[in-house]
Amino acid sequence: MGGPSPCASCKLLRRRCAKDCIFAPYFPSDDPHKFAIVHKVFGASNVSKMLQELPIHQRGDAVSSLVYEANARVRDPVYGCAGAISYLQNEVSKLEMQLAVAQAEILCIQMQQQPNYLPTNHIDVQAGEKSHLLSADFNNNMSQYLGFPSSSNVIQDPLKRESLWT
Amino acid sequence: MISGRCAACKYLRRRCPSHCIFSPYFPPNDPQRFACVHRIYGASNVGKMLQKLPPHLRAQTADTLYTEAKCRIQDPVYGCVGIISHLHQQIHIAESQLAKTQAEIAVLNSIAREAQVQEIEADSNFFNNLLPEEITAAGLRSYGYGPPSTQTFRFN
Repeated sequence: MGGPSPCASCKLLRRRCAKDCIFAPYFPSDDPHKFAIVHKVFGASNVSKMLQELPIHQRGDAVSSLVYEANARVRDPVYGCAGAISYLQNEVSKLEMQLAVAQAEILCIQMQQQPNYLPTNHIDVQAGEKSHLLSADFNNNMSQYLGFPSSSNVIQDPLKRESLWT
Repeated sequence: MISGRCAACKYLRRRCPSHCIFSPYFPPNDPQRFACVHRIYGASNVGKMLQKLPPHLRAQTADTLYTEAKCRIQDPVYGCVGIISHLHQQIHIAESQLAKTQAEIAVLNSIAREAQVQEIEADSNFFNNLLPEEITAAGLRSYGYGPPSTQTFRFN
């Protein structure tokens, strides 16, 4: 009677899959491509170190994000995920602009209909909230990293649990 | 010459050859850059990735590898994938707000159009009800359709 099948990592690395193999819970033998791509970009040793530095309940998400990044890097060897970030930031900027134009249009219409109309607190609060939402601090932080052209690939939301983390 | 080593070869404690793949992109004055990249990807993987690309794309590649490595060090669980997800959320929120605002514009425009139509109909009814002799300059003035000094309205 044979023992349990080695995980995808140990199969690829051609070694015995220990009972407490750090990769086994996250790289099952039925999906060899998942580990192959992570190993290609990050290397098994680096992945092992990263996982060991994390509490167990966070390792699943860490593996998923590593797989996502590795796929992005293989798809786009020059820009990887940074290309996706640049593209999405452009989209956010475009939407901010469209929203500002639409809000200005509402004000114009309201002022035409009521010449003595003054903006209410409600609209100011909305504008303030939107400004906060659409100009998060990390955008300012990322801007110092990013001067890359946009990737033309449409990037799916990687943390939609039903699509990626299952 | 040992003092001419790039940051990678200094970090790896080796001689820096004249055609070192790392030296154009990891200068000795920024040791942290290679340290970050090495910690996440490993020198061997970075070297292979750079080797596979034409020289004119390697600088950009080194930059993006450094960016992603930094993100991963700052957020060991999600790395730059966390940023991508947050941007998706921002886009979703902005699209919802835009749709709501555009719907408000449509409603306001519709109300304005209705008000205009009602005003036109009211004027039309008024003029239709005037007797022929009242449709003169003097007659219109008496109904307020004249110079400001004769702003009086009388409806049948």
